[in-house]
Amino acid sequence: MIEWIISILLLIGGGFILVGSIGLVKMPDFFMRLHGPTKATTLGMALLLIAAMIFLSTTQIGLSVKEILISLFLLLTAPISGYMMIKSAIHHKLDSIERTTGKDNIEDDV
Amino acid sequence: MLETVILIVFAMIGVSLLLNLWRLLIGPSIPDRILALDTMYINTIALIILYGMSMGTELYFEAALLIAMLGFVSTVAVCKYLLRGDIIE
Amino acid sequence: MRLEAKFKWLPTPYRSLLLFAVWLLLNNSVSAGHILLAVTLAVVIPLATSPFRTKQPLIIKPGLAFRHLMLVLYDIITANIQVAILILGPNKKLTPGFVKVPLDLAHNMPITILASTVSLTPGTVSAELYPWRECLAEGKEPEKRFLLIHVLNLEDEQALIKTIKERYEAPLKEIFQC
Repeated sequence: MIEWIISILLLIGGGFILVGSIGLVKMPDFFMRLHGPTKATTLGMALLLIAAMIFLSTTQIGLSVKEILISLFLLLTAPISGYMMIKSAIHHKLDSIERTTGKDNIEDDV
Repeated sequence: MLETVILIVFAMIGVSLLLNLWRLLIGPSIPDRILALDTMYINTIALIILYGMSMGTELYFEAALLIAMLGFVSTVAVCKYLLRGDIIE
Repeated sequence: MRLEAKFKWLPTPYRSLLLFAVWLLLNNSVSAGHILLAVTLAVVIPLATSPFRTKQPLIIKPGLAFRHLMLVLYDIITANIQVAILILGPNKKLTPGFVKVPLDLAHNMPITILASTVSLTPGTVSAELYPWRECLAEGKEPEKRFLLIHVLNLEDEQALIKTIKERYEAPLKEIFQC
């Protein structure tokens, strides 16, 4: 039973990580590429670490909850690194694709 | 069954690492490459955790935590360099 | 908004709790020695670092903060499934866009939390906070702030702004009372 839960969590997590990387390759401009890694990969990692936690807690002697630390850390840092990257992209005036609306909302930086 | 599933997930993460490497090589701009590197280190953490699972040990956990911290700091440092031309002002 | 904690010797109560939990998690044990060491660290580190930290608003309603955290976690999971479907679908259907959201929050700390929640939830990434801090005179606070966000698939701009303001900003205003 526990083996089934671990397997399903692992597969869903791996699937999310794969979706994030597919988004990274497939999307046409930088701002759309950013959506895959910041969201899908982070959730995929969280699911994978939960699976590892259940696996190590049931097979090793005693409880192992260290993996929560990594998923917490990734959940906290993913938005910040995403923010830094989109800020540097705006600073370098990267092109977004034609049909992007509201481009005049971007103000010139100093 | 679990061994097979771990192998399948290994393959999935390997494919996503290859996709990231493709984006790192073709660019076209520097922020794109930083994004690809950022995704690559997260996927590496996933690989290390999976390896620890298949070996049945939690010794590799500390390595994963260190990679997570160093990767975040290096991403922010490179972005800061792009923004200001200087890391520490 | 309250900046000072109730007790002088415990400047940031929730961060002390976090330090305590992180130490126990890192060592993966609840033996008496580790608990003693964790309590010492959780009291000493905030005291030692408080002189060189700028004062941040404290959480006034912890119950509401916990409920908001649960809501955000639930939203992260549902939003991720939506984004995964959008990413795997055809590119031509997507209509990306930049949206400017007017903010009611005034302090930096709640704005940072709001920007991070926006980045992790439905198809949006926060990009920039206007007006630029460098454009302002030293020590002067702007009257109105805007958050620039990038949306993967923009359908209704007004509805999106309304969702962000009601679902994520209003609870933060309540939690920090500012």
